[in-house]
Amino acid sequence: MDQPQALEQAQTPGKVWRSLLRRPASPGDGLFRVTTLLAALSLLGLLLAMVVYLFGAAWPAIAHFGMGFLMRSTWDPVREVFGALPAIYGTLVTSALAMLVAVPVSLGTAIFLAELAPGWLRAPASFLVEMLAAIPSVVLGLWGIFVMAPVLQPVERWLAESLGFVPFFRGPVFGGVGFLAGGLILSVMALPIITAVARDAILTVPASQREAMLALGATRWEAIRHAVLPYTRSGLVAASILGLGRALGETMAVTMVIGNGYRLTARLFAPGNTMASKIATQFNEASGLETNALVELALVLFAVALIVNVVGRLLVRWTVARVAGGGH
Amino acid sequence: MQLGGSTRRAWGVASLLALGLLLVSCGPAAEATPPAQATANPIPTATPTQPAVAIRLNGAGATFPYPLYSKWFDEYAKVSNTQVNYQSIGSGGGIRQITEGTVDFGASDGIMTAQQQAAAEQRGGPILHIPTAMGAVAVVYNVPGIPSGQLKLTPDVLADIYLKKITKWNDPRIAQVNSGLSLPNQDIAVVHRSDGSGTTFIFTNYLSKVSQEWKERVGNATSVNWPGDVGGQGNEGVAGQVRQITGAIGYVEVAYAKQNSIPWVALRNASGSFIEPSLESTSLAAQGAALPDDMRVMVTNSGNPQAYPIAGFTWLLVHQQQTDCAKGRALVGVMWWALHDGQQYAPALLYAPLPQDAVRKAEVQVGSITCSGQPLLSR
Repeated sequence: MDQPQALEQAQTPGKVWRSLLRRPASPGDGLFRVTTLLAALSLLGLLLAMVVYLFGAAWPAIAHFGMGFLMRSTWDPVREVFGALPAIYGTLVTSALAMLVAVPVSLGTAIFLAELAPGWLRAPASFLVEMLAAIPSVVLGLWGIFVMAPVLQPVERWLAESLGFVPFFRGPVFGGVGFLAGGLILSVMALPIITAVARDAILTVPASQREAMLALGATRWEAIRHAVLPYTRSGLVAASILGLGRALGETMAVTMVIGNGYRLTARLFAPGNTMASKIATQFNEASGLETNALVELALVLFAVALIVNVVGRLLVRWTVARVAGGGH
Repeated sequence: MQLGGSTRRAWGVASLLALGLLLVSCGPAAEATPPAQATANPIPTATPTQPAVAIRLNGAGATFPYPLYSKWFDEYAKVSNTQVNYQSIGSGGGIRQITEGTVDFGASDGIMTAQQQAAAEQRGGPILHIPTAMGAVAVVYNVPGIPSGQLKLTPDVLADIYLKKITKWNDPRIAQVNSGLSLPNQDIAVVHRSDGSGTTFIFTNYLSKVSQEWKERVGNATSVNWPGDVGGQGNEGVAGQVRQITGAIGYVEVAYAKQNSIPWVALRNASGSFIEPSLESTSLAAQGAALPDDMRVMVTNSGNPQAYPIAGFTWLLVHQQQTDCAKGRALVGVMWWALHDGQQYAPALLYAPLPQDAVRKAEVQVGSITCSGQPLLSR
């Protein structure tokens, strides 16, 4: 098959049920079928249970604030007025920044590792990139606050002074923490995932495709651009979506470098909050309505992650359809 | 009969396991600790009797007194047969656990709100706030060229800095109090705690007392809606931010500021003197006014002439009516020890010991703890 990662058998629901209810070949087979079905259902059940619990725990806040929760910009535990907008904004901004930085770097790394690296370098370099994923997020957060933020501070200051007329780069600068620092840390976390999946996608391109391009007189880059990349487009999109998924949910690393501000602002150097970091900082000492509001925030994060994943899958399917329909 | 290779291996592993189990189970038996003798004590009141069997107590709460409690429970286990297990999960967690009854005692740096008190008492009866030690909050800053203790601030100036009404270090109101110093034309970066904490509770309590606008606009809680600027995670986070940003101001526990040599402010107290944070000035904060019997009092902005204004107690939260008499007796025992013998360990760990009248009030509270109607403190 030409595109293994887009392989989809035409399964109608009727076919699936009939195959499940068909008499098993042996009692062992039947037991096997039942156990695996239970395992699959339990995962679904867990997901459902989580949603039900979140709704239940968030209900007092949902009833109290209604839709205004998503529009308001204050988080006041003393007056018990809570709004999620700056947190949602923070999550989206840091994730977008992370993708902006991570996707080009990851794709470049993946192409290098799959196509251009000499044979002796390929395996160790891939291993090192994957080791980046093994770093615990707390450790990365500590690195961020002790190493990255002090380095970022003079850079941000310089940007604020020279490009301060651009709303994104306007000062003041607070020690290197803020949306930019959060976005950079997230990009470090998303990088290894995107690189690994993209590299695997590129490696599935059959050699015949590349060789055909080269035989036609294409340069190395032209061969990659015209033979390899279109072939793997859906795989690269899927890799980016996976990276984005990680960036959306990341908590500890971002909490340490995002600076804890709660205002809607375009300034990248301003302190902010993501939904995950707000929950992480407030939950310990929260009581009463604030706890419910935090669970509601978790529910919103859940919904955002779900939406992003669904959109991502649709995007993958659309790119597959385009490539399959277009054909070369 | 010759055993096959794998069978022999299996026997070898099994015998090793058995040997291991034997050695572990024959380890040294727990040393029997003798019950504590009556402590030599100028206060001619009761000392609790030791429970006959070893008792395990569970407590949870504030992170601020954790080093002190850790030391106390360690020392107490040597002179008694009570083992105390303390989880420092934060004041909020401590209040939650004692409300749910999952621990024998809670610990908090702040007083329970009326709502929290009602919830806890609904399940287990009246809750006592028993003070154990005192702590203070230092206002730290990063202004190059001004050594620690040289920068003076008044309460209204501090409140206005945190309200973002005073934005530069060379503001005339700051210069007015610091006539000898040359203050830079630098923006003040205000640092607060991003996580909820007892430190924030004491700090905002003080600001609410000295600034009506703060009280109305922001309020007093473990976590508030700060007017600005940037937050740090924990004392370390705030200290890190202050060190990194030139012109920053922040607040941390005094012990933390001392251990890390961060320059702090001399704050003007209610009597008009500029006081630096220290163990002595912290203890004096509790000697400004008469202490209430239930000890649910915040001693910030104390009236004592030599007191540091941002100081407070840390409390143990205990049900007055204990349901398990053996545990109750053990609890009373450890608290009595902490109030008397335990206080000597506090200064070395940079906690201010309780002044005498606070100890008196606490003794009365401990004496009021009952089980099945009988006071647990035996006379």
